[in-house]
Amino acid sequence: MASTAKGIDPIISAAWGKPQSWTLDSYKKRGGYEGLKKALEMQPAAIIDEVKKSNLRGRGGAGFPTGLKWSFVPKDSPKPKYLAVNGDESEPGTFKDRYILEDDPHMMLEGIAIASYALGVHTCYVYLRGEFKFPAERCQAAIDEAYKAGIFGKKLMGKDFELNCYLVRGAGAYICGEETALLESLEGKKGWPRLKPPFPAVVGLFGSPTVVNNVETLASVPHVFTGGSDWYAKLGTDKSGGTRLVCLSGTVNRPGVYEVSMFTTLAELIYDDKYGRGMPAGRKVKAVIPGGSSAPVLGADELDVAMEFEALKVKQTMAGSGGVIVMDDSTCMVRSLWRVARFYAEESCGQCTPCREGTPWQTRLLRKIEEGRGEPGDIDMLSNVASSIAPYPPIGLGNTICALGDAAALPTHSFLMRFKDEFEAHIREKRCPFGDKPWGSFGDWS
Amino acid sequence: MAEPLFTPEEQKKFDAGIAEIISHYPSDRKSAGMLPALRLLQEIKGWLPPEGLRLVAKHLEVTPERAYEVASFYVMYHLKKPGKYVVDVCTNLSCSLWGAEKMLAYLEEKLGLKAGEANEKFTLRETECLASCGTAPCLQINEDHHESLTRAKLDAILAKLS
Repeated sequence: MASTAKGIDPIISAAWGKPQSWTLDSYKKRGGYEGLKKALEMQPAAIIDEVKKSNLRGRGGAGFPTGLKWSFVPKDSPKPKYLAVNGDESEPGTFKDRYILEDDPHMMLEGIAIASYALGVHTCYVYLRGEFKFPAERCQAAIDEAYKAGIFGKKLMGKDFELNCYLVRGAGAYICGEETALLESLEGKKGWPRLKPPFPAVVGLFGSPTVVNNVETLASVPHVFTGGSDWYAKLGTDKSGGTRLVCLSGTVNRPGVYEVSMFTTLAELIYDDKYGRGMPAGRKVKAVIPGGSSAPVLGADELDVAMEFEALKVKQTMAGSGGVIVMDDSTCMVRSLWRVARFYAEESCGQCTPCREGTPWQTRLLRKIEEGRGEPGDIDMLSNVASSIAPYPPIGLGNTICALGDAAALPTHSFLMRFKDEFEAHIREKRCPFGDKPWGSFGDWS
Repeated sequence: MAEPLFTPEEQKKFDAGIAEIISHYPSDRKSAGMLPALRLLQEIKGWLPPEGLRLVAKHLEVTPERAYEVASFYVMYHLKKPGKYVVDVCTNLSCSLWGAEKMLAYLEEKLGLKAGEANEKFTLRETECLASCGTAPCLQINEDHHESLTRAKLDAILAKLS
């Protein structure tokens, strides 16, 4: 499933699809836990410096530098410190972490061990989304193997350092992927995000310093130590080290998870034979969401952009969680946005008024327009509602406690910016111009 | 006299499970075990009966209201007894681009239920992204994942459900 280009060998996905790749035995034969051995010979501060030098950035969505995040944890805190793994992969278009959990969970566990040793963490909680039954089974089996092999437990690979690792499954709430909501959920509460500051690195789980890292981020950590931070940094751009997993879905011939260079462009991902293998016969790209459903949509003339944090930021969108959703020229943009808007309305936790009231309002307006009941003022109303949740641009300065408000408003702003004519056509013609076939080339399920 | 919540075998499973869950948290933070404890109860009973919620709350040293608050926040907990098979169909964007809406309509017709309805055998629900966008369309039946679905594949899956 995964492949590479531009001379990059797969790192994270190298063993996917190979027999027994998820077992400790297989992982060790591939050099597994050698990175941890190296790290255990270093001082914790030196480990954090090495991760900083590698330019590894968080793979969960925000792209924050990992080493810097680790360095925010106070060293002299009398409270216990915690590591929480964010495996609540729920952003539409994103499905990479499940492959790590299913095919190579020890890679993440090794990252957990390195991070915990560097941070002085003795308890780690791996929080997986509730629907991940099979990934949870694979991950738990790997944790059990790690305990039996003396990797976890009283002695961390023989070192006088206790590390316990527990798996917790959520119960179906996208908001729990937001780091403070995840901590609330881990504390046994409903997933209501917390105000920041204080940030979790200082006041996190049970009021203690806590680092929250994504599954792919932690799976990347061992490679910083086996290959060295210089090697890892050079794989990427000046500000983003390593490779990255991208999830390709929607109307392309070969959807899937691909490990790519930071220099790979969206156009290459869609058309290259190594990846998406182009569009269905006779169809063209109309729109692409480059980083999970919350990332502002791009038009067909904007695909010559590297799928890397900084490059996509220049285009006023984001690399986000790596979820690339392609829509062909027979897809209705109003219906697509309506479906995305429904997601955010469904998943809003209800804590902040702009999000609680605004997300269903967006959904109602979009339904009205799609069903041919739209009125001339509806587009302005939709834009105003979205602006009340989060103005655009810039990204990340919404009117809500957490970024779910931004995530709900950004698609609306960007769809209206790039495809306003389609919204107007719905209102003018008092119907969906795509009739009963609004879903593109593969919409006719058989 | 009210019927006991658990059979002796279920009671044994619950007691062992709740002790294991509580051991994963600091001794003054038992309440953190709420999600795993509710999952345990649901695994045993198939849903979360009110007396079960009260029992979980007692073990975690919180009020029953707190247990209900959490249980009602998350969509995977059943506060009413569901059908034998809970069918969760993803209709999010990537799945709909591969025909999920038509798949849901087919299921509604085949099961004789609208999304959101239930009978003794099936609960049919339209659900949000199941992280299977590259192998769309997909659904889960009692948390078992099925992907790259065609009509024939779906028919074969349903035929195996007794």
